[in-house]
Amino acid sequence: MAEAQEKQSRIAAGWSNFIGWVDERFPILETWDYHMVKYWAPKNFNFWYLFGVLSMVVLVNQLLTGIWLTMSYVPSGEGAFASVEYIMRDVEYGWLLRYLHSTGASAFFIVVYLHMFRGLMYGSYRKPRELLWLIGMAIFAVLMAEGFFGYLLPWGNMSYWGAQVIVSLVGAIPVIGPDLMEWVRGDFLMSEITLNRFFALHVIALPLVLVMLVFVHIVALHHVGSNNPDGIEIKKNKDANGVPKDGIPFHPYYTIGHDLPAIVAFLFVFCAVVFYAPEMGGYFLEKPNFEQANPLKTPDHIAPVWYYTPYYAMLRASTFPLFGLTAKFWGFVVMAGAIVLPAVLPWLDRSPVKSIRYKGLLSRVMLGLFVISFIILGYLGTIPPSGPATMLAQACTVVYFAYFVLMPWYTRVEKTKPVPERVTMR
Amino acid sequence: MNGKKTIMKYLLGLVMLLPGAVWAAESTYPMEPMEPDLKNLPSLQNGLRLYANYCIGCHSLKFQRYQRTAQDLGIPEDIMLEQVVFTGQKIGEQMVTAMDPEGAKNWFGAPPPDLTMVARVRGPEWIYNYLKTFYLDDTRPLGVNNKVFPNVGMPHVLMELQGVQRSACIQVPKIAENGGEMRDPLEPGRRITEEKCGQLVVDEGTGAFTPEEYDQAMYDISNFLYYVGEPSRLERHRIGIYVLLFIVILYVFTWLLGREYHKAVR
Amino acid sequence: MSQGDQLSLKTAEELAESIDTEKIDSQRRYFLIGATTLVGAVGVVGAAVPFVASWQPSAKARALGAPVTIDISKLRPGEMLGPVPAWRGQPIFIVYRTPDAVERLEQGNPDLADPDSANAAQQPGYAQNAWRSRRPEIGLYVGLCTHLGCSPKYYGEVAPEPFDPNWQGGFFCPCHGSRFDLAGRVVKGVPAPDNLPVPPYQFVSENVIVIGEDEETA
Repeated sequence: MAEAQEKQSRIAAGWSNFIGWVDERFPILETWDYHMVKYWAPKNFNFWYLFGVLSMVVLVNQLLTGIWLTMSYVPSGEGAFASVEYIMRDVEYGWLLRYLHSTGASAFFIVVYLHMFRGLMYGSYRKPRELLWLIGMAIFAVLMAEGFFGYLLPWGNMSYWGAQVIVSLVGAIPVIGPDLMEWVRGDFLMSEITLNRFFALHVIALPLVLVMLVFVHIVALHHVGSNNPDGIEIKKNKDANGVPKDGIPFHPYYTIGHDLPAIVAFLFVFCAVVFYAPEMGGYFLEKPNFEQANPLKTPDHIAPVWYYTPYYAMLRASTFPLFGLTAKFWGFVVMAGAIVLPAVLPWLDRSPVKSIRYKGLLSRVMLGLFVISFIILGYLGTIPPSGPATMLAQACTVVYFAYFVLMPWYTRVEKTKPVPERVTMR
Repeated sequence: MNGKKTIMKYLLGLVMLLPGAVWAAESTYPMEPMEPDLKNLPSLQNGLRLYANYCIGCHSLKFQRYQRTAQDLGIPEDIMLEQVVFTGQKIGEQMVTAMDPEGAKNWFGAPPPDLTMVARVRGPEWIYNYLKTFYLDDTRPLGVNNKVFPNVGMPHVLMELQGVQRSACIQVPKIAENGGEMRDPLEPGRRITEEKCGQLVVDEGTGAFTPEEYDQAMYDISNFLYYVGEPSRLERHRIGIYVLLFIVILYVFTWLLGREYHKAVR
Repeated sequence: MSQGDQLSLKTAEELAESIDTEKIDSQRRYFLIGATTLVGAVGVVGAAVPFVASWQPSAKARALGAPVTIDISKLRPGEMLGPVPAWRGQPIFIVYRTPDAVERLEQGNPDLADPDSANAAQQPGYAQNAWRSRRPEIGLYVGLCTHLGCSPKYYGEVAPEPFDPNWQGGFFCPCHGSRFDLAGRVVKGVPAPDNLPVPPYQFVSENVIVIGEDEETA
């Protein structure tokens, strides 16, 4: 017994010496302290605060499985589709690597959309977190591009035609459009030249940018401190030692106490999908994509993957020309605007309070309408266009934009509730 | 903790409720149901045998290897080589057709497509119905047409098994408003019939199989192609159970650990 | 000491007002951390399996590396068939030795570095004999010099050669002068360290050999 304890304290001493050696040469202890143990996080984090760490888990999954897929994938017009089937059939556990990656892509967007929704609810974009929000919007834009480039790589028929449609949007830009389209494609039509460059962007360029942006995102967060469901700035209430009274050490109370079980629960749902429903009824892996790209055969119904469909529906909803510019161009503008507009939220929100808990009825109604219209648009983007569907898409697009455009007004005129001094543990 | 789980379940359910509007249907033919069964090895073996005898002459399965098929279907390799491999290939090679693609283009207008992935693109039910609904049509160059895939460029290779099928006008029971078959009030038991065209009828005695035998054979081919579309499906389901079970156990530990930290937060 | 130093000496849990240090049960925490880490470690190993296993030769590699069948009915005594066919990218030499050559092999030779094929890595069990083959007259060897991988040349005749005035037949590697006898055994004093490897093989009939398959691998 005494021997075991002695051995334990010798191991502890050895570890301590090793850390000491590193710390003389690299700021490991102060980094650990600043970012983990003495990062004072508000004690009232709830379910909505899990999606940041879950996004990182999914990112790691995509990086690891992506690297492994690249070991067997062939980025040529002739070989790409066959190489995916090679992975699915001939490579040991290749099918699992593939499904982890494809399910991960959809999981990424589910988690990121929920993460952004938390920001909308609790005013996480408000001062002093405007830059944090902008970095997050940049991550979102890069993620959308990353997914778009990645989707071409299997070289299935939907990959081909989906990319064809989206790249031709670029052609709608007046004056420079057609030349720009040719420049993006590198060819006069979608071809394996485009495939090769999308491969480089998807595998190296954008992942690098993404990882760097995520790093900067966390640094920016830690500099100002986290928001919380009450929207209260806990740094305004510090004790004699300068520690926020409502703050608790991020490690271990959130890392082990909150995030670890949540990650495991997430993995359960994730693996349930990977092992039992990787196609998700054609929403995660689309059926036409199990056929090789055929420039002469358009699928009956071209639709982007589900996570782009809200924006796609807005694009299709623009059906009339204006001011001498084509409907196609306006569609592009509306779609781009919808993706980019959330970036200016910090300057649209004029409410005296941050969190939806203390905002007035108007804000709650508008946020609710925003979410509903986003979901309806998402559904409409998956079905073929029709008269009534287009009208509904147009109405929802208006509601979507109204959430932002009217915000300076409704956040100012509404009656808000008084915000408490200290956080509440609801 | 509870709120999170129910919300996740709700979200998943919401996603599954959205109609899968992604099946590309080329015709509105009312499909007969077909439930594949990958554990039915005799069916898969029969499907392989029929495919080797009737289909692989034109349609390759170029992503599927003989050895994998033999292993998964429980067929010894030497029997596989004897009964299925007609191209002089080795057991580890892929199931390609001997047909020359240039020749195919001349004969059929387009080379017959590879069928490795057809069950993932169209579904085994589509294949089953397609194989059952060829009928005589002298307006078509090959003399046959198909209800599920109108104006298809494929001959009815299996006609010797099914017999001659026609699209004819026959007397069918008249259906009343409440969905029941109408009966003659004057003659008890006799159904009232009406003429309906476009019905598929097989000339009796023209095929080597009875209709039931033919249906079973077409089921076997469709089942086999469902297997070929994703050979690792059963293994995926099997491993999944262990993975999910493990995660549940791990969750219990992490939940207990997490709760321990929560106790200290005022 | 400055306030900053004093701060760092206190643990974060003691500093935070919202943490009740009385409620901290270190023992229980350590136990649960240990248990969870154990279970988690099992999970990590399990998760690593597909990544590690995917590096195994794929079905395509195994198909390309499949056994090769060769018919030697056309081969005559004194002749060598090679370097084709190759098996797993390795050239194979098939030598049909004359009765005299077989006798010479059985006599032994003091100039050989490894006369009894003691290095078990170079041949299967059935090739650990004087002829290094299943049948005395038919020898199968990987046609790659064990020095740096050049392709040795076959000099089957007993005749003086520029590299050896007392040449008794065998293989000579032109790259750096390594010499092997008609059973692929390397002589002393040459750069090559080992006898030529013998691949797994078996006779499926009188004249047909399958290279790459034997009792163990079949």
